[in-house]
Amino acid sequence: MDVKVAIRQLRVRFSKKEVLKGIDLDIFRHRISGLMGPAASGKSTLISVINKMVSFEDGVTMSGSVLLDGEDIINGDIDEVGLRKRIGTVFATPIPLPRSIFENVAYGPRLNKNYSRPDLYALVEESLRKAFLWDEVKDRLQESAMKLSGGQQQRLCLARTLALKPEIILLDEPCSGLDPISTAKIEEALSELKDQHTIILVSNNTKQIARATDFVAFFYMGELIEFGHTDKVFTTPAARMTEDYIQGKFG
Amino acid sequence: MRLNPRFTDKFIRGALLFQALFTVSILVFIVFIVFIKGAANITPQFIFSYPEDMGRHGGIFPAILGTVFLAVLSIALATPLGVGTAIYLTEYTKESTLTRIIRFGVESLAGIPSIIYGLFGFIFFVIKLKLGWSLLSGTLTIMIMVLPTIIRTAEEAIKAVPRNLRIVSFSLGATKWETVTKVVLPSAAPGILTGIMLSVGRAVSETAAVIFTMGSSLRLPTSLLDSGRTMAVHFYILAREGISLEKAYATALVLVVSILLINIAAYYTMNKMIGRYS
Repeated sequence: MDVKVAIRQLRVRFSKKEVLKGIDLDIFRHRISGLMGPAASGKSTLISVINKMVSFEDGVTMSGSVLLDGEDIINGDIDEVGLRKRIGTVFATPIPLPRSIFENVAYGPRLNKNYSRPDLYALVEESLRKAFLWDEVKDRLQESAMKLSGGQQQRLCLARTLALKPEIILLDEPCSGLDPISTAKIEEALSELKDQHTIILVSNNTKQIARATDFVAFFYMGELIEFGHTDKVFTTPAARMTEDYIQGKFG
Repeated sequence: MRLNPRFTDKFIRGALLFQALFTVSILVFIVFIVFIKGAANITPQFIFSYPEDMGRHGGIFPAILGTVFLAVLSIALATPLGVGTAIYLTEYTKESTLTRIIRFGVESLAGIPSIIYGLFGFIFFVIKLKLGWSLLSGTLTIMIMVLPTIIRTAEEAIKAVPRNLRIVSFSLGATKWETVTKVVLPSAAPGILTGIMLSVGRAVSETAAVIFTMGSSLRLPTSLLDSGRTMAVHFYILAREGISLEKAYATALVLVVSILLINIAAYYTMNKMIGRYS
């Protein structure tokens, strides 16, 4: 198994507060890696370092390195806009653009190059299929994305990300506001997507982490407490704190 | 003594309704007077022919076109300038001394009476830049006059676009400019359009600033350096100098009706835009 993202001694500060305190973590190619931990443990910050959305925050200082295929994306002179086309993100709340379903999915591809109409249509269909949404929306692609239900909107956001054919997909608590059926559909989609994408799933829901991921990292207060195969971490956790968290003693 | 709450509610509702009706009735009354006094003189000939004998006879064709030229040109210049300023202030810079100075300047500009703009335009464009009383001087003056309105309304409209939409656009690999043009501006368009419509209204109805800069020639302006007059100026001169009150009211009616039509068209477009994907 080769490493897609290698995080080395990563420290992140927001003004005075240190939110990641020297993280070392490997994210493996074409696997689903889960990040779990209570609120303010630094999971979402780690996501925003990888997709460089952290640049939009004020007063951030970082040290250490994050190597994407060996290339340092936090110290090097990296093209952030280009990077975000390689790394797709799905946020906690579904945020459709105020456009049609079709236009939402086509938004990213259109920024990259001029697709012919049939090519673009094929790409939109393919992306919606991969996100398990196609059958529900194929007859109303020109309708407003705002008319979809929350679960459909979140799958639309996944499809929108997939349309960019990203190497990595980051999902930041994507199911936090969804019902169990929508959640199941997203998890089903993810398990098929890992053949072509490296996936990082942040979740507060330990059951979801156990179901959906191959590897898991447990964060607490900005530190990486434990990392390993999901089966192993959930059956024989090395750290006492991980065990308590999994059993729901805190969180 | 405590009043019966149900009675108080009814009373307040009645009072507010009265206020609303009173306001509307003033508007209706004004339009009604203009209509009664002006309608008799509205003929195709009045609209499509040139004025004779200072406007005592004939039509107002040059004034109609003069109004259209002045409004279209000044708004066409002010819109990109104003919206650009608003985009800079909201998207491309953080709050700083510079933005506060720009905002203070914009707000001060908004409070200046139009006659001052007229005097400025007269001294600067007409005399200093030797543009004379011309469509160009008038256009530039009105452009400056309406800029604050366009900037402020555009800024508010842009600020009202949820931050999340920008984040999503960036996360999909859009640059800042792509995000502004493809996500922010379309969402802010109805608000920006409101500011533009207010500005059109001001440009069309302005007299003082126009007389000082565009002059009041009755001929049809055929170049940017020709003088001309707008309907509002024509109305003012006809009434002020006692040339013809009938023609003055007829001009006013054309003016009022055109403003009404512009507003209806703008609201129609706006509703279509808003209704499309929400």
